[in-house]
Amino acid sequence: MHNKKTRDSYKISEIKWIKYTKKLNYGLKEGGANVNSKKRSKYAYLYIAPFFIVFLVFSLFPILYSFVLSFCDMDALSGRLSYIGLRNYQRMIESGYFFQSIGNTVLIWIMSIIPQLTIAFILALILSNKWFRGRFLLRNIYYFPNLVTPVTIGLLFGAMFSYPGGAINNIISALGLEAVDFQNNQMLARVVIAIAICWKNFGFNIIYFTAGINSISEDVLEAAQVDGASNWQKTTKITLPLMRPILIYVLVTSIIGGLQIFDESHLVFKSVPGDATVTMVKYLYDSAFMRFQFGYAAAVAYGIFVIIAIASLFSLLVTREKKDDYGKKKVGKGES
Amino acid sequence: MKDKALAASKMRKIIARTVVYLFAFTVAITAFYPFYVMIISATHDNYNIVAKINLLPGKQLAANYARLTQNIELYRGIFNSVVLAVAVTVVQNYFTTMAAYAFSKFHFKGRNALFGVVMVAMMLPGQLGIIGFYKEVQSMNLLNSYFTLIVPTIANCFAVFFYKQYLDGALPNELLEAAIVDGCKELRIFHKIVLPLMIPALVTQGVMTFIGTWNSYLTPLIILNDKKKLTLPLMIATVRDATHADYGAQYVGMLVSVIPMVIVFCFTSKIIMEKISIGAAVKG
Repeated sequence: MHNKKTRDSYKISEIKWIKYTKKLNYGLKEGGANVNSKKRSKYAYLYIAPFFIVFLVFSLFPILYSFVLSFCDMDALSGRLSYIGLRNYQRMIESGYFFQSIGNTVLIWIMSIIPQLTIAFILALILSNKWFRGRFLLRNIYYFPNLVTPVTIGLLFGAMFSYPGGAINNIISALGLEAVDFQNNQMLARVVIAIAICWKNFGFNIIYFTAGINSISEDVLEAAQVDGASNWQKTTKITLPLMRPILIYVLVTSIIGGLQIFDESHLVFKSVPGDATVTMVKYLYDSAFMRFQFGYAAAVAYGIFVIIAIASLFSLLVTREKKDDYGKKKVGKGES
Repeated sequence: MKDKALAASKMRKIIARTVVYLFAFTVAITAFYPFYVMIISATHDNYNIVAKINLLPGKQLAANYARLTQNIELYRGIFNSVVLAVAVTVVQNYFTTMAAYAFSKFHFKGRNALFGVVMVAMMLPGQLGIIGFYKEVQSMNLLNSYFTLIVPTIANCFAVFFYKQYLDGALPNELLEAAIVDGCKELRIFHKIVLPLMIPALVTQGVMTFIGTWNSYLTPLIILNDKKKLTLPLMIATVRDATHADYGAQYVGMLVSVIPMVIVFCFTSKIIMEKISIGAAVKG
């Protein structure tokens, strides 16, 4: 979700940067205290040194090392490496488990994102009404699950949906229905994980959408009111169309976050028949830290990377296209 | 006639608003329900938790808590988590600010190229290097060490980017010039001028770092296995395995893990909301 945001603001910052350098080159008096004297610029390297040393050692090197490992077989006990070429990748593609984990991930993502965004958007519309009382309290209640430790969310939903004595099953039984074994039903197990993710994130999206709705110009809404538009018309004819780009944007970019689901998959249910809730990152984790196949796991990491890269590219294309539809995108972007 | 129409439209308005309130409160109740289950169940014994719907608190909280702390050292977990979260927040934000300051206010060779690296790295998914990271740390004998959980977090590209954006707008060159003319030493400029100016940005990003570290799971999970060093989330995760079907103790464990976040939220909810809203404004 952060990726695109930063990319866009980078463009803005680049423009700022160009203006800024121009000011520096022509604006400063000679001989005075030049912020950018050569003597000073050596300090810049000292300032960036800690960051870049750590970056090289603990970010870049591991990525490259993973790439090397993905072509190797690592002996679990001795840690000895032997080059095996593309066999890890071949196994990843042929075994089918990796593709199954992609399917699981996408399924869980879809089942959580659709209710999540729908509810969040409706509530954002409600909370942005001026006559609505108690919106601060409600907003905080909606948002708080977002701060709960994923471990707790996992255990909590695991316990609530346990069979036969979980809190949800107690309600189902009280209604005179038969208790449901969520854990041993592939689809229901996925649904429970989707609910947990939805519960965690919908409050975040409410705040996000509320900010978007509040940024709609008062003038437009007032003009509509003068023309005799009802509240309902204002919502459907003004707010909704103006919010559409943001909605599509959030939906599309959430794929990237959605493809990295791990905590809930790892924690809600210990085991589900047919590994129905094993997401891509969970599969990576299991390969490395349960089965100790580090070479294979490294290949899976690069497989995940490729999938996420494709999704990012796709989201970039879609959001670009949508902006063009509106024609005025540049103005909007620049102002915000 | 007119009065009738007016009354009808007023009626419609009242009904519409009632429906809206009803929906909003239903969602709020649903969102709160898991917390309610957690709080209430923590005070009941295992038989009651499994056998019936509990709406009122019971009297078993102390007993559940005692069984929980038999299995895990809860205070140690809280202590570890606090130490780790504070250390990461301080270390990460101090050094990323430094780098951002250099990118924002200095001309140096390779500046644009290096910042380009930061931008690209920001887009890479976190799991890409995790196997290499684990193996590297293992061969350096740094498994089970807080060093491994603190120092690598300095390489947070998003924080560098965020602080650079902030500094571009908030720190005028004139201020730096004045300091240089007055003969202020470089690091002193950083500590006495740059850092104080950045307090609003540091608070926003710092809160996010703190919460993120407190909640982080995957990295501590693979790095730590010494029982004495586990963070609170890792300890809570072991409760299920350690207590089998002891739901009472589990719920108490969950409750304990949520309380610190409630406290954090009480003090920082405004900052958090603002931070998210900024994101929306940039995108919209």
